[in-house]
Amino acid sequence: MTFFENVDWSDIGQACLDTLIMLGGSLVLTILLGLPLGVLLYLTGKGRLIENRLANGALGIAVNILRSVPFIILLIVMIPLTVLLVGTSLGVAGAIPPLVVGAAPFYARLVEGSLKEIDRTTIEAVQAMGATTRQIVTRALIPEAMPGLISGATVTAVALVSFTAMAGVVGAGGLGDLAIRFGYQRFQTDVMVVTVVLLVVLVQIIQYAGDALARHFTRR
Amino acid sequence: MIRLRDVSKTYPASDAAALDGVSLEIPARGVFGVIGQSGAGKSTLIRLINALERPTSGRVEVDGIDVAGLSAADLRALRRRIGMIFQNFGLLSSRTVAANVAFPLVLAGVAKATRECKVAALLDRVGLSDHAAKYPAQLSGGQKQRVGIARALATDPDILLCDEATSALDPETTRSVLTLLRDLNRDLGLTIVLITHEMDVVRYVCDRVAVLERGRVVETGTVTDIFANAAHPATRRMLAALAA
Repeated sequence: MTFFENVDWSDIGQACLDTLIMLGGSLVLTILLGLPLGVLLYLTGKGRLIENRLANGALGIAVNILRSVPFIILLIVMIPLTVLLVGTSLGVAGAIPPLVVGAAPFYARLVEGSLKEIDRTTIEAVQAMGATTRQIVTRALIPEAMPGLISGATVTAVALVSFTAMAGVVGAGGLGDLAIRFGYQRFQTDVMVVTVVLLVVLVQIIQYAGDALARHFTRR
Repeated sequence: MIRLRDVSKTYPASDAAALDGVSLEIPARGVFGVIGQSGAGKSTLIRLINALERPTSGRVEVDGIDVAGLSAADLRALRRRIGMIFQNFGLLSSRTVAANVAFPLVLAGVAKATRECKVAALLDRVGLSDHAAKYPAQLSGGQKQRVGIARALATDPDILLCDEATSALDPETTRSVLTLLRDLNRDLGLTIVLITHEMDVVRYVCDRVAVLERGRVVETGTVTDIFANAAHPATRRMLAALAA
């Protein structure tokens, strides 16, 4: 038996492409949604610029609920909403809304954490210069937190890679789906090995690129 | 002229008032010191002047205007007239020295060419022209505070608030920063309000001083008077600490 006899390389290629599309699409949307959500969580927090216990509590609970639902369940219960948003609950397009809903609250917490790291005096100094809240956010908070925001996006991207493995449930394909359907369910160890190796490589690349980008913005 | 009229401040989480019926007149163009132990209410007091804190009762006036009553836009305009420096400097670590100094001008929408001109002059004034392209992390404490001062002066304020501005610095650097403040007061007619726990700072740079203890002003007058005839035990204690 030759070792790679079960491996259909065109399937692998398609799976790679599917994973990359799901990852890229959902990561961009996750950041677009998670960043403002994280900023709001931070700003409405105790002692912050627009402290609001009610809003902060409501956002916090919503985020915690979404973060505690297992992704596989989210994938199923979101089907009606997914259909509404992208017209289908199947394939790569059908996987992206649940991926975003699963990852955005996670990223929002990481954003909130990075913002909390900023020295209070720095924010006070910017306030004392006569900055508007919008200026404080866009010109001080986000630039100051940039290395943390990038590291958070890296962690989120890696989490998304493992989420995509479950997206096979809605027929989205991807490397993780191939590993489960062929490698695990049909005992095709060679398929399993190839897909897992590719996933490892993908995660390594994400981490390396994320670290390099974060370093680029670090001034300490 | 800055005037506090019977100002009290109680924080929601605490029973004791941080400030308790404080009245003060801070004359324009002078260097006014507020001295007290930690917890005396100094930080709260200085933050009332640019409304980083709001009084629970009483009025805080800058040139006759009730600071707490200003609209958001008017408050921002007032804040541009009041520079502030901090114990921990509060510099933006993601911006270079020049970009930190330019920052208040960016916020105010000043054109780039004007900004660059102004920043160069300010860095020259504080003796940091050679460090314009560095990041704060590459500077010493004294240099960081000079950046803070240059930045606070960018919008040509007539008041400068100094929140324990030299407390993180060694004695020699403290002297040089205080000398710079004194020169700025003299050259620009800048009103300086500084809070400190060190009598030495008051003696070196202030004209007038108020002694704060547990949220109350227990003594106020010219520095010469206070040093010659301290009446209150708190003042005497701080003077004794200085002599020791």
